[in-house]
Amino acid sequence: MNENLFASFVTPTMMGLPIVILIIMLPPMLLTSSKRLISNRFHSFQQWLIKLIIKQMMLIHSPKGRTWSLMLVSLIMFIGSTNLLGLLPHTFTPTTQLSTNLCMAIPLWAGAVILGFRHKLKASLAHFLPQGTPISLIPMLIIIETISLFIQPMALAVRLTANITAGHLLIHLIGGATLVLTSISPPTATITFIILALLTILEFAVALIQAYVFTLLVSLYLHDNT
Amino acid sequence: MASLVPLKEKKLMEVKLGELPSWILMQNFIPSGTVGAFQRGYDRYYNKYINVRKGSISGINMVLAAYVVFSYCISYKELKHEWQRKYH
Repeated sequence: MNENLFASFVTPTMMGLPIVILIIMLPPMLLTSSKRLISNRFHSFQQWLIKLIIKQMMLIHSPKGRTWSLMLVSLIMFIGSTNLLGLLPHTFTPTTQLSTNLCMAIPLWAGAVILGFRHKLKASLAHFLPQGTPISLIPMLIIIETISLFIQPMALAVRLTANITAGHLLIHLIGGATLVLTSISPPTATITFIILALLTILEFAVALIQAYVFTLLVSLYLHDNT
Repeated sequence: MASLVPLKEKKLMEVKLGELPSWILMQNFIPSGTVGAFQRGYDRYYNKYINVRKGSISGINMVLAAYVVFSYCISYKELKHEWQRKYH
C-alpha cells in the first residue's frame, strides 16, 4: 500500500524516454488560437475566459506592470489547465513535482524583485522597513523582512506542490477505503463515498484556486516593484 | 493479397491493420515530414469536431478520453499490483 500510494507521482517514462515532456505539452494544445474575429464555440469560450482574467488581474497595475500581462495570463492558464487535467483518472500532473513549481516561481519572483531594484531602488529598499516601527526594533525587523523576501519563491513553489499533492493523495486514500469497505460494511462505504464526492468537488475548486493564488502573488510582487 | 493502390500513397485510415508496420516504415522520417504529419492530423481533427458552428463538448471529450487511456497504458505496470485478488 505504501509504495502504491506514491507510485502515481513518479515521472512517467516509457522505455527510458521521458514522456513527461509530452504530458506537459498537452495543456497548451488544448488552448486554441484562431485567425478569425468570431470563431467556434470552444475558442470563443477561451477568449471570454481570458478577457475576464486579464481585466481582473491587470487592473491594479501601472502601464509598466501591464507589460507582464502575457506572462501572467499564460501562467494562470497553464497552472489551471494542468491542475484540472490532473483530476482525470490515472493522469500525471506536472505541478505535483517541486521541480516544475520551482522553475515557475523562482524566475518570476526574481524578475519582479530585480525590476524593482533597477528602477525604484529607494522604494524597493524601503520595503524592508515598515512605517512607524520603534527605533529599537529596526535591526531585527530588517533581518526578518529580508528573510521573508527570500522565502517568497520557496513559499510559492511549495504551496502549489503541497496543495495539489495532498489533494491527490486524499482522493487515492479515500477512494481505496471506499472500495475496501464495500465488502465489509456497505453503509460505511456509502458515507465514505459521499466524502469522496465532496472531496472531488473541493479538488476542482482547489485546482483553480491554486492557479489563481500563484498568479495573484506574482502580480502582487510585481506591483510592489513597479 | 494484391491491393489496387500502392501502399505508400494510402492515408492512415485506409491502411489495413496488418499492413500498419510496413506503412509506418515507408513514411519519410525527416523532421519536417513528421511535424507535417502531426500538423495535418491535428488540423483534420480540429476542423471536423471543434471548428464547427455548433461544436459540442464531445469534441474535447474524445481527446480527454484518449489521454486517460494513454495514461492508463503508461501506468499499467504499477497498477498491476493493485488488482483485487485474494493473494497478492
